[in-house]
Amino acid sequence: MITIHDILEYMQIAITQTDSADFMKIDICPKFESVLSEIQITLNDLYFAMENLRTWMQPEYNIGKNLATRMDDCFIRREPLGVVLIIGAWNYPLHLILLPLVAAIAAGNCAILKPSEICQATEQLLAELIPKYLSQDCYAVLCGGAEDTKSLLKNKFDHIFYTGSQVVARSILLAAAAHLTPVTLELGGKSPCFIYGHIDIQKAAKRLCWSKFFNTGQSCVAPDYVLCTAQTRDALLPALRETLQTFYGPDPGASPDMGRIVTPRHWRRLMDMLEKSKGKVVIGGESREEDKYIAPTVLVDVLESDALMQEEIFGPILPILTIESLDEGIDYINRQEKPLALYVFSDETSVVTTVLNNTSSGGFCGNDGIVHMALPGLPFGGVGASGMGSYHGRWGFETFSHRRGCMNRSWLLERVNVLRYPPYSDYNLGWLRWATTFKKNSWGGCSVM
Amino acid sequence: MSREQKAVERARKAFLTGRSKPLEHRIRQLKNLQRFLLEREKEIAEAIKKDLNKSEAGTQLYETLGLEGEIILAVKKLAEWVAPRPVEKNLLTISDTVYIQPEPLGVVLIIGAWNYPWAVTIQPLIGAIAAGNAAVVKPSEVCVHTAKVMEDLLPAYIDKELYPVVTGGVSETQELLRQRFDHVFYTGNSMVGKLVMEAAAKHLTPITLELGGKSPCYIDKNCDIPIACRRVTWGKYSNCGQTCIAPDYILCEPSIQGRVLEEIKKSIKAFYTEDPKTCPDYGRIINQRHFKRIMAMTEDSTIAIGGDSDESTCYIAPTVLKDVQVNSKVMQEEIFGPLLPILTVSGVDEAIDFINKGEKPLALYIFSPDDKVIKKVIAETSSGGVLANDCLVHYSVSALPFGGVGNSGMGSYHGKFSFDNLSHLRGCLIKQLKMEGVNDMRYPPHTAKKLFWARFFILKNPDLGFIGRMTLLTIIAVVAAMVLQVRGGRKVCVWGGGW
Repeated sequence: MITIHDILEYMQIAITQTDSADFMKIDICPKFESVLSEIQITLNDLYFAMENLRTWMQPEYNIGKNLATRMDDCFIRREPLGVVLIIGAWNYPLHLILLPLVAAIAAGNCAILKPSEICQATEQLLAELIPKYLSQDCYAVLCGGAEDTKSLLKNKFDHIFYTGSQVVARSILLAAAAHLTPVTLELGGKSPCFIYGHIDIQKAAKRLCWSKFFNTGQSCVAPDYVLCTAQTRDALLPALRETLQTFYGPDPGASPDMGRIVTPRHWRRLMDMLEKSKGKVVIGGESREEDKYIAPTVLVDVLESDALMQEEIFGPILPILTIESLDEGIDYINRQEKPLALYVFSDETSVVTTVLNNTSSGGFCGNDGIVHMALPGLPFGGVGASGMGSYHGRWGFETFSHRRGCMNRSWLLERVNVLRYPPYSDYNLGWLRWATTFKKNSWGGCSVM
Repeated sequence: MSREQKAVERARKAFLTGRSKPLEHRIRQLKNLQRFLLEREKEIAEAIKKDLNKSEAGTQLYETLGLEGEIILAVKKLAEWVAPRPVEKNLLTISDTVYIQPEPLGVVLIIGAWNYPWAVTIQPLIGAIAAGNAAVVKPSEVCVHTAKVMEDLLPAYIDKELYPVVTGGVSETQELLRQRFDHVFYTGNSMVGKLVMEAAAKHLTPITLELGGKSPCYIDKNCDIPIACRRVTWGKYSNCGQTCIAPDYILCEPSIQGRVLEEIKKSIKAFYTEDPKTCPDYGRIINQRHFKRIMAMTEDSTIAIGGDSDESTCYIAPTVLKDVQVNSKVMQEEIFGPLLPILTVSGVDEAIDFINKGEKPLALYIFSPDDKVIKKVIAETSSGGVLANDCLVHYSVSALPFGGVGNSGMGSYHGKFSFDNLSHLRGCLIKQLKMEGVNDMRYPPHTAKKLFWARFFILKNPDLGFIGRMTLLTIIAVVAAMVLQVRGGRKVCVWGGGW
């Protein structure tokens, strides 16, 4: 695993030193963001895994037993699954391949990596570096497009880890069904962001802007849209303007810290949404086709039926929907598919708790955006349409492991065993019930035999 | 709207009212379920007798005792299981609240099997109720009488909108699978398992598949053969071999095959008398189709014990086949019947190789007095679960996850694993809007110095006590105060000499 560390170090040097626009997604993402979101987060998880792997690999012995099984050894082993397939996405092409790879290696598997073909420079870099640093027998990088992925999926894997869209996820699950392969799907959705109640609007605006426009909004956990009252909105807009000015200066298009959309096709999709939207653009709105630029844009008076509210935006466009009450907002969220992330900005604990208790989402972050992803202790994954399974930290290790329940029975106490053998009798059954039924003060764990 | 659609919609509506979530509701429903098992013991046993010819004691032993245990465990532990689970933090989040909150998924579909219709249908239901979900229960149609008891009597004890029982055959199950669920829990065979997974794929629904396979049983020549054989006999012929974790076949050295046969014969006689056909504790094959399937498997092997059968009553005697070859019919699929093939191997290494050539089984059994041998087999093979020196009983240890791997299934349950499997573990981070100075390092405009500090804070995961945390907070506050943001766009980062 130390060698993934080497790869990451090499990439970090390459990113921070090169000015080449053709390198990785330098052309779309500021170096600072790349380093943090691609290198650092992976390094973090890697160090975490290296530090804890020995513990994770230990058989878990602390299992409750009852009278009948007191003489036995019960433990849970974590074992490798075999060969896993990791399919990456284009928005964080490095970390979405390497972070699952760290977990797969930690769990003792071999892996086939299929990076996104959209980020060709990263794809090529991975294809070049992985065989150099990692065992070529155990870990391979396969490059290709949709057709190649389809062929790849005809093979049997012991686990498939996919990051991307729901449409493709369905076909991956179907392909996995043919081999009864378990799957982890890291998808997305429209991650709502409440700004409600008493709140320091300046700070909230800063954190909201940072999480929204990081990587030009092309994050699966970017706050997709804002829900707030008209009053809050009126206070929010100037704060957003001020923050954007501080972040990117008067012309974000000229700022080195503002990214770009990944391909002309994705740019066109966003522009279409923007053009069809009936909301009012109050900040930004400028765009340039030549370099796939869209300014940080905020719209108000956006309704549920708006073009911007039908699918995940995945771009630097922030609609603000006005609500009259928290319940209205919660009802709205619950009418949609379960999102990958849900955000609430509020000083009032009751607001945070109400939203938490009445909604469901992959993960939740109060008073900030995205950063819950960086904690290896939290499982990162979706629920419902936003995905299934999770990873990061120990969760990744568990995802790529088989939890095997093991029991080593004693040869003794065969006389007790006699109770369970035929010929069956009520008398024996009575004793067995007594010996095995869970008692009020005994250890956790109940056994029939 | 079809009957199935209606049931699912009602369940979803009921779930959306929120009434399945409160702890008191879950515990009350579980206790009602327990009452059902106790009060309706008679009806349950009668139905099982008609469906599977199991004796009343057998029913309790194998079906309901385990369920009662799971309910008692869930009721006792539920408050602990539903509570937020704290998580380790990094420097940046040291003053924040970080935890994992288990939440219900929504509406779960539980498809039961016929071999232990109560155990494999109700046990997932216990997990579903404990986790706060609604659940549509689809018992196996093969156990006609049991399905009827579930359909008629369960609604009198547990919330019939939240937990409806929907009976029916293949087409009703297919109709159910067209609906959208938040989790599908299927127990059965791999073929249907694939179809269930395909149906679930359309809605991106996560699934648990409890399938099967050929569970190998290695008997070391140095072990206590009489005890081993007694345990294997019990494990194999309970429920007439129709157990997903029954020892499917035996691997042993040729030198002990004779002894093994002798001891198994003795045990069969002790358990089921000289004439198992007349013994009330010996079951029957579920139906003629399976009867024919199992009998066909004996065609190309040598019968050493038993072998007699009666198609009219679906009776197959406890049978042992010896010197079985790898390519014989009985070794091509899971037997799921009272045929016990013995294959001879030269030792534990050959046994391991043999096991690894097949699909990963649901269970693996090793009988050996030598812990080294046991450890070796465990380390060099893979299976859903492992049990050394006995059969079946690992199923009933709630603290062990019960489930398959590879072809034998995905996901696991029992005890807390049921609860976690049918919950969404939601990662929650609740920050404060204070300490914004520290956050500043991540905002544009970006500088190398900011990146340095960002890396420093994100990378450390301290495990500090209260004093440690307070000290660190003080240091952070000082650092934050020292990182000055000069108005007018020029950034200045000041390092104190103390560092």
